[in-house]
Amino acid sequence: MTTNDFLQIGLYLVVLLALVKPMGHYMALVFADEPNRVTRFGAGAERLLYRLAGIRSGEDMGWKRYAMAMLVFNVAGVAFVYLLQRTQQWLPLNPQHFAAVAPDSAMNTAVSFVTNTNWQGYAGESTMSYLTQALGLAVQNFLSAATGIAVLIAVVRGFARRGAAAVGNFWVDVTRATLYVLLPFSIVIALLLVSQGVVQNVAPYLDVATLEHGRQTLPMGPAASQVAIKMLGTNGGGFFNANSAHPFENPTPFSNFVEMIAIFLIPGALCCTFGRMVGDRRQGWAILATMLVIFVPLAVGLVAAEQAGNPALHGLAVDAHATALQSGGNMEGKETRFGIASSGLFAAITTAASCGAVNAMHDSLTPLGGLVPMWLMQLGEVVFGGVGSGLYGMLAFAVVAVFIAGLMVGRTPEYLGKKIEAHEMKMASLAVLVPCALVVVCTAVAVMVPAGVAGVANPGAHGFSEILYAVSSASNNNGSAFGGLSANTPFWNVLLAICMFLARFPLAIAMLAMAGSLAAKGHVPPSAGTLPTHTPLFVTLLTCVVIVVGALTFLPALALGPIVEHLTSLTGH
Amino acid sequence: MATRALVDAFRKLDPRTQFRNPVMFVVFVCSVLTTLLWVQALAGHGEAPTGFIFWVTLWLWFTLLFANFAEALAEGRGKAQADALRGSRRDVAAKKLSAPRQDAQIVFTPSSELRSGHHVLVEAGDIVPGDGEIVVGAASVDESAITGESAPVIREAGGDRSAVTGGTRVLSDWLVVRITSNPGESFLDRMISMVEGASRRKTPNEIALTILLAKFTLIFLLACATLLPYSIYSVQAAGSGNPITLTVLVALLVCLIPTTIGALLSAIGIAGMDRMIRANVIATSGRAVEAAGDVDVLLLDKTGTITLGNRQAVAFHAAPGIEERELAEAADLASRADETPEGRSIVALAEARFSLHGRRRDKDATFVPFTAQTRMSGVDVGTRHIRKGAIDAVERYLEGQDSHMPPLVRRMAEDVARRGATPLIVVDGALTLGVIELKDIVKDGIKERFAEMRRMGIRTVMITGDNPLTAAAIAAEAGVDDFLAEATPETKLKLIRDMQAENRLVAMCGDGTNDAPALAQADVAVAMNSGTQAAKEAGNMVDLDSNPTKLIEVVGIGKQMLITRGALTTFSIANDIAKYFAIIPAAFATTYPALNALNVMHLATPQSAILSAVIFNALIIIFLIPLALKGVAYRALGAAALLRRNLLVYGLGGIVAPFVGIKLIDMLLVLLGLA
Repeated sequence: MTTNDFLQIGLYLVVLLALVKPMGHYMALVFADEPNRVTRFGAGAERLLYRLAGIRSGEDMGWKRYAMAMLVFNVAGVAFVYLLQRTQQWLPLNPQHFAAVAPDSAMNTAVSFVTNTNWQGYAGESTMSYLTQALGLAVQNFLSAATGIAVLIAVVRGFARRGAAAVGNFWVDVTRATLYVLLPFSIVIALLLVSQGVVQNVAPYLDVATLEHGRQTLPMGPAASQVAIKMLGTNGGGFFNANSAHPFENPTPFSNFVEMIAIFLIPGALCCTFGRMVGDRRQGWAILATMLVIFVPLAVGLVAAEQAGNPALHGLAVDAHATALQSGGNMEGKETRFGIASSGLFAAITTAASCGAVNAMHDSLTPLGGLVPMWLMQLGEVVFGGVGSGLYGMLAFAVVAVFIAGLMVGRTPEYLGKKIEAHEMKMASLAVLVPCALVVVCTAVAVMVPAGVAGVANPGAHGFSEILYAVSSASNNNGSAFGGLSANTPFWNVLLAICMFLARFPLAIAMLAMAGSLAAKGHVPPSAGTLPTHTPLFVTLLTCVVIVVGALTFLPALALGPIVEHLTSLTGH
Repeated sequence: MATRALVDAFRKLDPRTQFRNPVMFVVFVCSVLTTLLWVQALAGHGEAPTGFIFWVTLWLWFTLLFANFAEALAEGRGKAQADALRGSRRDVAAKKLSAPRQDAQIVFTPSSELRSGHHVLVEAGDIVPGDGEIVVGAASVDESAITGESAPVIREAGGDRSAVTGGTRVLSDWLVVRITSNPGESFLDRMISMVEGASRRKTPNEIALTILLAKFTLIFLLACATLLPYSIYSVQAAGSGNPITLTVLVALLVCLIPTTIGALLSAIGIAGMDRMIRANVIATSGRAVEAAGDVDVLLLDKTGTITLGNRQAVAFHAAPGIEERELAEAADLASRADETPEGRSIVALAEARFSLHGRRRDKDATFVPFTAQTRMSGVDVGTRHIRKGAIDAVERYLEGQDSHMPPLVRRMAEDVARRGATPLIVVDGALTLGVIELKDIVKDGIKERFAEMRRMGIRTVMITGDNPLTAAAIAAEAGVDDFLAEATPETKLKLIRDMQAENRLVAMCGDGTNDAPALAQADVAVAMNSGTQAAKEAGNMVDLDSNPTKLIEVVGIGKQMLITRGALTTFSIANDIAKYFAIIPAAFATTYPALNALNVMHLATPQSAILSAVIFNALIIIFLIPLALKGVAYRALGAAALLRRNLLVYGLGGIVAPFVGIKLIDMLLVLLGLA
């Protein structure tokens, strides 16, 4: 690792931590039950929207109604995006005259964007019309993020409310998440990106003469607006196929920095929102600390592995050291304008959060460097994770941690004053189990059928990593691609769509069910016998639970992929 | 007992029994599977060397047997006690009365045919035929069959000592008893089913823990099962080696699922109940024992729990112009016939201070007993009318004498009250002589126990009929957190309801019938065995020693049970890390030899590595049986300190122990030539 690497990671963390507190406070006001200066500001717009959509905004929903509203809203979203893709050839704003998207790919894409996964089996600039991008994909970028935030807020209300039958109003939460959080902040980010040279137009593609007297087609489009929300909403679906490695999506180191901040901004700030809403800010900081304790060493490890370069090359006459003139290390698949630190950090951030945008080829990372993003996803996307979904996933882990630790202090476990009993345990177990089960089972399916193995680009252990990465990405709603795997086939489109759907909704419903039962419970006042859940000790415990579950479940699979690949490359094969 | 447990261990291999525990059921299925694989290998089609499959299979069955053995051992203790209890439940010929009178007509009836509401006569030497309430009479009763205490106790009609238990023996005198329970529902029956574990249901925390363990089992089941396709793919991709064998997969699975806690879970619960029984407390359910660990507030009666049963006179404060000796003499006279402990202590103090000993009682003295109307007692000797009583009672009496209490005496009395003592005013006709100071004696060591409670996060509340001033002083002296003065059954019940409304769990103990509503309301209610039937029915535990301080012990036992479960769960899961390092390199040795870099323990061969992990996994159950039965050492610490300690011992210990254990077993296997 070079000093520059450390400085970049350090600067990123400082800026992030400075932003999460005010942002978290702001969101706590947005989702507060009582009217306040923030919600009064947009009250008129809200009322208008509710009247247009026929929503009774005063209704407080029980968890079942809330879950049903969420499900109906999202399934309708899948249907809409699917139909839009299948009919884009007849619709306006299609200057390149793209045909209808194939049914399996359209279905995969619809599920992918609705579940906040944004896995892309297609190449945007050669498949989707501007209308599909703007009305289908970009809209779902907002709505899937708003759904995640809404479910989280309902779960937090479960902890905060006492003896209550309801957890909030889904329509109001989604509207507020979009209106007060996602829209204004993505406008700011879009403007910052445009200032750096990200394109924003509806012009036809440009045909230009290159310096070598060749011809090149430069794709155009409303990229900046979509890139902003793809980062802010941890969506990650690129406007262009190359995603954030494309110079029109991510032209400068500064735009790269802005995009990285945008990924963690809401997931990090929601921890503070959580702390405020449950009336004990330290609880939020403890969760954020846990995320950082897991994230920072892994991010540093990833950058270090990339900076160290390919061990197989060490014996050869290759200079892999960083100097004033070269970055050193493993630069394969990375953009020279970003270098090792910004590419490595981006890879760690985009997989820690369930963003999935990439600014480098993950397939070209060193074996250990590639293990980090894969494992960050397999941890269940709870280290920051998706907007909302990351934190509620982490709260499921916290419930498990509290249960084990609570027993060890000789009491029925309590978290935030709520007793954790069989029902909560069932739901938390389900939330932790579903993504794990999807990854191992679907990977097994993929390696057993010829259609699954057919898409693999590389032989040996690396080929296994490609499959494992793709399934891990879909089963944790991340959406980033390792690359190397040709996944736009009916088999992969269907398998991954199933993964994405099952990882998103059963988990969200399990957490809402937990919220419903928690909200109905009374609050146990803390005493010296109560397990404190804001201390470094609890942070350590929670970290161990997340890592142990992640490690124990995936170590055998990882051993057959990146670990053996690394060990083999050490021996020089 | 161990032999009996050993036999039971085999009997419990019944699949229906195994099915109740999801973790051990998986082990059961795995054992059957490897046994079949072994048979297949014997037939010459083995997927692995026959010897290897044999040893793995053998140790898998051992794992199951060890788990069964632990449970049987825990149950064994209860069974032995149940047998002893059953011995005292003989069918006796009861003297059934036609009416609740001693002289009513007697019909000899077998005790098994007695029903609630029947009346029986029990005479000296008879065994009480069933649980009941004494209607007439008083007798000394030997209750050793129930309590284990050999000293006889007095049982009498009326008051708080009117309950008798079936199976106890009347030693002297006679009783007329109204039977209150039907056959099969008596206290003894309940006790037997309790210690036998027949009515043992899973407690709420046990259910939640089983869910968590099932989740872990399911994750590992999927992770191991999918290793087969991964392995087949890897063999094709690497072009070398063989896919992982079923035997190895099964071994890996059994090592990874939380067998340690799964095997010991029910033993921990049974042992917790057993510890209660050995503390001479009978709980009506495991749920009650578990709730004891959660208690937030302890309600303790002042008298008998916090203070010694009786108040004692400690000083005479004479009124102005009166000699202290004069006061002492009058007090002594008034208390000569007073047989209450307070009265006796006044006589004793007078003797000690002024050697009034030996003065005979005046023949013409008439003792005036305490009544609820006058609330005074005293003596009339000739023209003297000596009275003693509380301030307000005496004041009323003086008014009747056209006199009043000197303000200075009133101040003296209030000073006494403020010190936590009880003032008794002594008057002779219209003349106020002074104040006797009666003091509550706080039990030795009780203050330290309350400090311990506070560290554990439990609030202690003293319940007393005293006035707030006195109560506050004693509360301060005993170190309780709060007190309820001038308590009545209603205010007690209200206090419990208020606490519960704040979601606090309340524990209390009581013995009287007027305690019954509060006992029924409290979350953990310990009734004294010496108490009334109503109190025993209302509580969810009965303390056979009738020691109110036992509540503190009960809380400790409840907590210990939860801690033991948590500690073994943590230990069990922490163990997995080492097992991975043993099995993963061994499992894929032929496909990817490079993975041997993960063999940090340098285990001899792939087979010895796998076998060592399986053997360790089985043996650790045996090693931990004493811990499961005895419970994790419990210290009265705050939650944070307790967690830090237990995480260090069972978390870190759980990570390190198997590295050492597996390596040692591997070395032993090499030594024995089994590697």
